[in-house]
Amino acid sequence: MSPQSAFAPLPAIIRRDLLLAMRRRGESLTPLLFLLMVVSLFPLGLGPDPVKLGASAAAIVWVAALLSVLLSLERLFRSDFDDGSLEQFALSPCPLPALVLSKVVAHWLVSGLPVVLAGPILAMMLNLPGHVAWTLLHSLALGTPILSLVGSIGVGLTVGLRRGGILVSLLVLPLYVPILIFGAGAVQAASGGLPSDAHLLLLGAQLALALVLAPIATAAALRISMS
Amino acid sequence: MNRIVQFFHKTVSPEYFYWLSGKLIPWFIGIFVVVLAFGVWGAFTAPTDYQQGESYRIIFVHVPAAYMSMLIYVCMAVAGFIGLVWHIKLAEITAVASAPIGAAFTALALATGSLWGKPMWGTYWVWDARLTSELILLFLYIGVIALYNAIDDHRKAARAVAILALVGVVNIPIIHFSVEWWSTLHQPATLSKLDQPSMHPDMLRPLLIMIVACTIYFPGILFMRIRAMLLRQERRSRWVARLLGEEGT
Amino acid sequence: MSFSEFLYMGGYGFYVWSSWGLFFLVVFGNLIYTQSFYRRTLRETRNFLKRSRNKS
Repeated sequence: MSPQSAFAPLPAIIRRDLLLAMRRRGESLTPLLFLLMVVSLFPLGLGPDPVKLGASAAAIVWVAALLSVLLSLERLFRSDFDDGSLEQFALSPCPLPALVLSKVVAHWLVSGLPVVLAGPILAMMLNLPGHVAWTLLHSLALGTPILSLVGSIGVGLTVGLRRGGILVSLLVLPLYVPILIFGAGAVQAASGGLPSDAHLLLLGAQLALALVLAPIATAAALRISMS
Repeated sequence: MNRIVQFFHKTVSPEYFYWLSGKLIPWFIGIFVVVLAFGVWGAFTAPTDYQQGESYRIIFVHVPAAYMSMLIYVCMAVAGFIGLVWHIKLAEITAVASAPIGAAFTALALATGSLWGKPMWGTYWVWDARLTSELILLFLYIGVIALYNAIDDHRKAARAVAILALVGVVNIPIIHFSVEWWSTLHQPATLSKLDQPSMHPDMLRPLLIMIVACTIYFPGILFMRIRAMLLRQERRSRWVARLLGEEGT
Repeated sequence: MSFSEFLYMGGYGFYVWSSWGLFFLVVFGNLIYTQSFYRRTLRETRNFLKRSRNKS
């Protein structure tokens, strides 16, 4: 088999996962609705003072985005694990890390991208000025793929377990700390009138690292879960 | 070279390790107690710090605990890596057995850190870079222990733990750096850190002795745990039957 | 230095002694716990072997 045909399934997997997500539109939109609701809870708790809201907006949006991605993670490998497709993937000539990466890309397109696009709307709700909303969009665009990639490791480790859901958050949340710090830090720097490039560049570096290492770790984790 | 490989394979066989560690544990614990006695004596005869007064004597337990929390995590990841690559059962068990010990030291470092912070900062908890990283390290340990307990099959659980430990060890420098960055952005730099720029030799010596004592303690307690876990997991094997059969008569 | 002065630790007695107490608690508590865990496992393994021998 030529190397090209070994990688041929990847676009097909992405197409299949997107199609599946389109069929279950309600379920796919849940993380986005969760995000919107959590963010609108904060003004109710903090009070409607625009200054106060603007000051904590970065943290609110980022923590809410992090939790909504975490919430959607469980779907990542669940159905493929249950119906046995995952074992077929593992047996296929295509390297498992590449397959994992395409699954994560599809997952991000379904649950991460809407979060990114909702960024400016959330910024408006929380009284962030225009250029800060722009930074928020950038930080979410760089940060949410890392959330999906790092999260996939936790899902890979727990996919065979009955009560994996809560365990995933326990495993993955400490690993999300740097993403939260740089993501929310970028927005905070921008709203303080400081350059946010350094934060965004460091997020980008983490994305590059996660893009290379996370699929390998996830593939190894899945192999253990399937054994 | 061949002899080294042979020795290695012999040492990592559960039966031989069980016997060897049984012989070594009293030595580790014994030497630990002696070194600890020197450390305690040194810690309380060292001169009083002119800035912090007597409260700096907490550092003699805080710094070793923090140091152990990181050392044990690295040991866990290295053991996990060896277990994953060479399928050595003993390495897998070592990784699993390290986690609770590391978590205990991490919790100790947190507790002593905040006990040091109360007289120095006026509150038990400050979001200081060191304490925060230590807290996240505790979360990582808790994740490892929870994952091990969630998977029924010992071998499978140990291999999952090894992967998580490796992911954690890649992440710890990133977490550490990000927390440092975050704390310098959010806090005034006047806050005194736990480590002194330069310690007086009379203070540094007991600190180093305490660190050495803890480093000797670790293999002792680790081997004790490994022995118990080996016995439980290998109870169907011939060597356990032989061992306990002999002991039983 | 008198003994009470030593205990007083220049006003920091509570913090210093509770830190050291926790240290000894963790270090020696761990030793005692692990030893009892080992003993228990030894006993359980013996019982297990006895049972399986009786069965066969």
